[in-house]
Amino acid sequence: MSANARYLRLAAGLVAIAALMVIPMNFNRYGLFILSQWAVMTIAAMGLNLTLGYAGQVSLAQGAFVGVGAYASAILTTHGWPLPAALGVSILASFIVGWLLGYPALRVQHHYLAFVTLAFSTLAFLVFRNESWLTGGIYGISNIPRPHIFGFATNKPLPFYYLCLGSLGLVSLAVWWLIRSPWGRAFMALRENPLRAQSLGVDTRRYTLMAFAIGSALGGVAGGLYAPLTQYIDPVPFNLSLSLDLLMMVIVGGSGFFFGPFLGAMIAVLLPEWLRFTQGYYLMLYAIAVILLLIWSPTGILGILDRFLANRRTRVASALRAVAKSRLETVQ
Amino acid sequence: MSNLLDLLVAGLATGAIYALVAVGFTLLWQTSQTINFAQGEFVMLPAFLMLATMHAGAPFWLAIIIGILLSMILLGLGFKMLLVDPMLRHGVLPLAIATMALAIGIKEAVKQFFSAEASPFPSIVPTNDISVFGHDISLQSLGVFVVAILVVVGLTALLNRTSLGHQMQAAAQNPTVARIIGVPVERMILLTFLINAVLVALASLLITPIYLAKFSSGEVLGQAAFIAAIVGGFNQVRGAIAGGLLIGVLDNLSAAYVSTQYRAAVPLIVLIVVILFRPQGLMGRSEERTV
Repeated sequence: MSANARYLRLAAGLVAIAALMVIPMNFNRYGLFILSQWAVMTIAAMGLNLTLGYAGQVSLAQGAFVGVGAYASAILTTHGWPLPAALGVSILASFIVGWLLGYPALRVQHHYLAFVTLAFSTLAFLVFRNESWLTGGIYGISNIPRPHIFGFATNKPLPFYYLCLGSLGLVSLAVWWLIRSPWGRAFMALRENPLRAQSLGVDTRRYTLMAFAIGSALGGVAGGLYAPLTQYIDPVPFNLSLSLDLLMMVIVGGSGFFFGPFLGAMIAVLLPEWLRFTQGYYLMLYAIAVILLLIWSPTGILGILDRFLANRRTRVASALRAVAKSRLETVQ
Repeated sequence: MSNLLDLLVAGLATGAIYALVAVGFTLLWQTSQTINFAQGEFVMLPAFLMLATMHAGAPFWLAIIIGILLSMILLGLGFKMLLVDPMLRHGVLPLAIATMALAIGIKEAVKQFFSAEASPFPSIVPTNDISVFGHDISLQSLGVFVVAILVVVGLTALLNRTSLGHQMQAAAQNPTVARIIGVPVERMILLTFLINAVLVALASLLITPIYLAKFSSGEVLGQAAFIAAIVGGFNQVRGAIAGGLLIGVLDNLSAAYVSTQYRAAVPLIVLIVVILFRPQGLMGRSEERTV
């Protein structure tokens, strides 16, 4: 039974991957851009899901880390660095900044932590806008080159989409492994009961910092891909609303669920596009949809699924119990 | 020197408006653990409600009354019944996220149904300058400051000196005991939402003539009020007032003496320092759950 379910899940996963690879082949430029954006935002949301969903540390600064990664990658690739090396610097930079932002989390928690990270997010935006010697200020950085990967040029939208999808795959595997490793368990212990985690010998201090740093580093990966995707960056996309959007993606998809960010990013990036036929109303409808969803299920879309499965399991279990009981009675 | 005086007056005027908004913010937090990320949009909307009423042909004074009433219905009653009540039992974070979505919704609705352009808005206080000891002082700043302070003083008197205010405080501090001694807790919570709606409508009335009515103007204002509330003390009305005035003055002084580019950074840095070293705020009492 469980082996069957496992194969079923594996097959579903393979079908989804194949679909993501095959279906976009005859998409137009814009469709591919949106799908690439979905992949990039999913990576950033996965990072936040690690920090918030698994380790329980509220962060309103994930957008700033996407910005850090994007600027690092944009500045270096326009100076002739290859993208993988620039991406490495993006990851390192956002990892270090994320580590530093973790220190306030050692002192304050919950909404106070949210406020500190919110302030940090706005400060980062001011730095992007004002330090024009480095970031080009409000004029931004243009002509960001797209990379050659193993000799393949990714200038065209389709190859670049595959690059984003491939990166998403790699990040997903890494996160999948991480949350099943002792580290992932330590993160969850931190979320569920920090005091108890500490008494059981989990170094809560180190894991809190790590939760921030790794989550932020994934934001850096997303940023590092975002820069060559749009080929032009300025400070505006990395303001507070990106952080809030990413937070919404995680919560709407299902915080603490592995596939939550995939769904959340799909809703945040694709739903507005699907609603475009409603013209000026699409963001309004999006906002209403998010509110209704949260009223119905505060644990997000996967929370609904989770509850449904749990219900079915209890029903199956009680049915089995009833059968067993009636059998016992007939024997007597 | 005259420059400093101007800056102080202008800073106190904006600070007093921040204080109005921040007080509403802390009231919602105290009575129903609502972190309202749409508070800035709540300030933006009433100005448009008033403008729409005026476009329909009503005189300014009537538009103000209708605007405040509509704001009480939409941002007080509607907000509580349609969003906060169904979400409250789910905890702080989902509710906060829902208010973020609400902020997007309000902004887009105004943009769609009204205008994406900034509209001028009539002032309720005179806009010319008066001369005090040979210095020209903006009567508008002075008027805004006086009106905002009067409102805040009135509200504080209501909370601290009347039986109704004591019941509201009791409902906020310990709902269970308040219910036992016969305080209608539900009604008191609704009352704080209505008070918040009136406060944001008044703030809207005061600040919109200065910064024009625009769908996006709530973002900056909301964040400033938010910072003011936390710096002053998240759980104290007087903290929010002090925080509002402090942030207003700081904002104006840093624009003049630090750099215009980083003027917005100064309140943020103050915020971070305050949270790290005095999380209960400058005037707040400490809460067990904060740290």
